[in-house]
Amino acid sequence: MWSFFHKLGSPPWLYAISGSILRWLLPITLLALFVGAAWGLLFTAPDFRQGNSYRIIYIHVPTSVVSLAAYYIMAIAGAISLIWRMKMADVAMRATAPIGAALTFTALLTGGIWGEPTWGTWWVWDGRTTSMLVLLFLYLGVVALYEAYDNKEAASKACAVLSLVGTVNIPIIYKSVDWWYSLHQPASIKFTGESAIDSSMLYPLLLMICAFYALFTCCLLMNMRAEILQRESRTGWVRKLVASKGDS
Amino acid sequence: MSFDAAGTPLLAAENLSLTRGGRDLFSGLSLQVARGQLWQVEGENGAGKTSLLRILAGLSRFGYEGAVTRAVNPLYLGHHSAVKALLSPRENIAWHPSGEADYAQADIDDALARVGLYGYESLPCHSLSAGQQRRVNLARLYLSNNPLWILDEPFTAIDHAGVAALQARFVEHVAEGGAVLVTSHQVLEVDCEVHRVVVGAGAAA
Amino acid sequence: MNAPGTAGFFLRLLRRQLVLALRRPIEIINPLLFFAIVMALFPLGLGPAPDTLAAFAPGVLWIIALLACLLTSESVFRGDFEDGSLEQLLLSPQPLYFSALTYSTAHWLTTGLLLALVSPVFALMLNLPASAIPALAASLFLGTGILSLIGCIGAALTVGLKRGGMLISLLVLPLYVPVLIFGSAAVRGAVEGIPVAPYLAILGAMLSLGIALAPLAVAAGLRISLDA
Repeated sequence: MWSFFHKLGSPPWLYAISGSILRWLLPITLLALFVGAAWGLLFTAPDFRQGNSYRIIYIHVPTSVVSLAAYYIMAIAGAISLIWRMKMADVAMRATAPIGAALTFTALLTGGIWGEPTWGTWWVWDGRTTSMLVLLFLYLGVVALYEAYDNKEAASKACAVLSLVGTVNIPIIYKSVDWWYSLHQPASIKFTGESAIDSSMLYPLLLMICAFYALFTCCLLMNMRAEILQRESRTGWVRKLVASKGDS
Repeated sequence: MSFDAAGTPLLAAENLSLTRGGRDLFSGLSLQVARGQLWQVEGENGAGKTSLLRILAGLSRFGYEGAVTRAVNPLYLGHHSAVKALLSPRENIAWHPSGEADYAQADIDDALARVGLYGYESLPCHSLSAGQQRRVNLARLYLSNNPLWILDEPFTAIDHAGVAALQARFVEHVAEGGAVLVTSHQVLEVDCEVHRVVVGAGAAA
Repeated sequence: MNAPGTAGFFLRLLRRQLVLALRRPIEIINPLLFFAIVMALFPLGLGPAPDTLAAFAPGVLWIIALLACLLTSESVFRGDFEDGSLEQLLLSPQPLYFSALTYSTAHWLTTGLLLALVSPVFALMLNLPASAIPALAASLFLGTGILSLIGCIGAALTVGLKRGGMLISLLVLPLYVPVLIFGSAAVRGAVEGIPVAPYLAILGAMLSLGIALAPLAVAAGLRISLDA
């Protein structure tokens, strides 16, 4: 167990193992995305109320789910880096923030695109939208804090503290926003009480959620590999790697 | 004031290495500061003296390699004097954020007199000169019962008489069983052994 | 020379912060002036109709108080960082957790508490019903404590940066959301005649959580900022 932990802390080992994981994970991800998208877009029946516009859930729901999970992954990586001072956890945390921000933004964007034909408005201040917006700000805060520091090691520690503070706050923010919305909910628009989703629509959705988790993992690993190379650019093993790539 | 027997280590550093901006400031640096010793850290500007002192004091906790063990939290005087312009010298010392002890007012006034601030005790510090503000900070050296002193350029803006008095205070502290680690570009004129550690280009690592 | 008592040290530190604030009274008055001026902008923007103002007053008063807390929290550690006092605080044998709590308390005493005390005047000017004024003052009394604690986290993380001004808003404002929701809900509840005790209880619970956890984050942030 400990030797595994030690290996995780070693940049060359992590670089090598992430490379071999990506070699099979990336094709699987692309295949799953393709199959899930084709299944959801072409081979399911249109919704009886929303017609074809509901199909955006195959992007909207997975990005929403993964964006929240990504924040917790970032915070856990931050905690590991603070407690065990593991540099690779720093790298993971640093690599997660922009991906999480992009996913959250996509979720908000697709929500707006979905809302226009369905409810006739691009933006509704409902509980979920508002929570997602706050989540986007939390991500952007981490990214901005990292960029503001010149000393990148200090930047990682500061971001780790911030993401842990955010983790404690997210449940409070979500609950309070939910409650706030239930207090102000206008009677004319009602979509929180969601009807049960038909299984023919559910299976491609589950596939897409898995595919987005895999996509997140791929992006995370690729981001981490780039960061590792940049951080370790002065070490022997990176020079050797660059030299060997140059020859081939 | 008297401390334990001379020779007990207060501060030990093993194999310290520091890289800044792709440049090795020092590597494989080890030292052991024991009671009864006066240490001077030498090196050119930018050699990493302040960085070393901050690591030894415990202010820098990552970004370097090696291990530092401290028997006590040191009394550290850095480039910044930690003197509040809106407070008087007396208040600055009495409410000092280092929180080492509750000093009686008579002790504080005595220490301020010894650094040449007699009569200035209750003036706001912004009316003092730069050298006098540094002296407010140095008054702590006459009050504290902390055995380990880490001083970064303590002679900055201090006149000749003041420097001589400070060096005498170092000798006194060392004789009482304390330890002093100091950076300075001046040669210390003290009648006790000065241990040296050199950082930067001239270092024999 | 007495051994340093922990409680004594923190009282001295609190006294130091308060004396420093009192010797530069403009820093205490500024947030109150900010509160007054921004409050005066709302009738100009929304129109002077008393009913409109009364409807917006709970949210408006809370948002201004929140911005006043945000703007002042940036400077909580600034001076002590620049003159080296924070270095000394970090090397102190006293627990940094309580030092961080002391700084937050000093900040609250010089901003949040005063805002809560003067808020009834501004509430009357915005035509808030008199029945809601105790709820406003009480919710501000508790809520600004949380705002001070969160603001100190942001200040600790950005104190080492040259230009932390805008950044601290981005870090801190999302975390202010629950306080704003329950604070303004308490005032609105009082206007509508709903019991406000549950809202205040939630604010009190958040304050307790903040007192327990925020100083840990502040302490970690200060160590990181001093290290960079």
